[in-house]
Amino acid sequence: MTARGQRPLPALAALLFVAMLLPPARQWLEGSMTLQMLVQIPLLVGVGYLLAPAIPQRIDAYLARWNHGGITSVVLASLVGLFWMLPRSLDAAVTEPWMAIAKFVSLPLLLGLPLGLGWPRMGFVVRGVFLLELIATFFRLGWLYLVSPVRLCNNFLLDDQQRSGEYMLVIGGLIFVGVAAKLLWGRFDQS
Amino acid sequence: MPILRTLLASALILAIGGAVLTAATDGFHAFTSETARRLDVQRDPPPVPTVALETQSGTLINLTSLRGRWVVVDFIYTRCLTWCLALGGEFAQLQDQLAGPLADGKLVLLSISFDPAHDTPLQLGAYQQRFGGHADGWIAARPTRDADLRQLLRTFGVTVVPDTMGGYVHNAAIQIVDPQGRLVQIVDAGNPQAVAQIMRQHLAR
Repeated sequence: MTARGQRPLPALAALLFVAMLLPPARQWLEGSMTLQMLVQIPLLVGVGYLLAPAIPQRIDAYLARWNHGGITSVVLASLVGLFWMLPRSLDAAVTEPWMAIAKFVSLPLLLGLPLGLGWPRMGFVVRGVFLLELIATFFRLGWLYLVSPVRLCNNFLLDDQQRSGEYMLVIGGLIFVGVAAKLLWGRFDQS
Repeated sequence: MPILRTLLASALILAIGGAVLTAATDGFHAFTSETARRLDVQRDPPPVPTVALETQSGTLINLTSLRGRWVVVDFIYTRCLTWCLALGGEFAQLQDQLAGPLADGKLVLLSISFDPAHDTPLQLGAYQQRFGGHADGWIAARPTRDADLRQLLRTFGVTVVPDTMGGYVHNAAIQIVDPQGRLVQIVDAGNPQAVAQIMRQHLAR
């Protein structure tokens, strides 16, 4: 595929980003914990991931010198992910304007984009560790949100929190099935 | 060389990320905004705002006019069927347990409604009576202006969200204001004995 052939994806990502900034979209997606955590945040990460092909070859090559095997990408993405897993951050992102800005900037640029740039450079082991940790995180957080008798966010309702927990268990399970299927029947590059 | 550079970059990101996470959780103490607001007031007690309140008897008082006394504050709405019922019962129990200091005027209980459109003085009085409470040392009041309500909620760190049944859900707790008019402590609701104990300690000091 030529560089020009890859352009539609970044353009789509940019369009999606602008659409998500619109007040009605924000109001809807930030009105419930489930939508913010499991739709809005993943979409913002996806925007960054899809932007990766738009990064000029020269810059990508330069960054790669600091990103052997995609390790730096994984470290950065994990830390930013950790930050947005704090119930406190989810709360503040709805009420504090500067935290909302931080969300819309950091999730695409410091989580999605590094993953998009680093993923092709990651070997089997790094990808495996990353995916297994992702699955474990969904299970751990899902379980916490499901059983917590107190509200973890002041801005969201308890039944919403428990629904988020259930969905996280389902998502963790789906990623697990996907990884297992890939291991059993998938094709791997010889690298 | 790329391996060394990667190590360097990763270590740098880890250090910065660790610092950010430490700051964002108050040194890994506060993972929720509720814990954070409690830590905040203990560290740096905010002064309560100067706002007018209309009491259950229809008189206007200013929140700052309660200075010189300890004030135990909760936030309620009288149509509430969940937490505020517990809070109302708790305040009625506190009236008994802290009858002495309440009669001496060293302490006052204050329920502030965040639903002033519905909670008229009549409703507020009925709310107190529902729990066998009486007006001695327990003020139930509503803010008179929207801006005042917002300022109160902001200072006390109370978040009110509509629930799916036409009511509200809020982070119900018991807020303690010292005689200098500063919000000094926030404790869990649901345990009047513990609150009475805390207040006796404050008053003995």
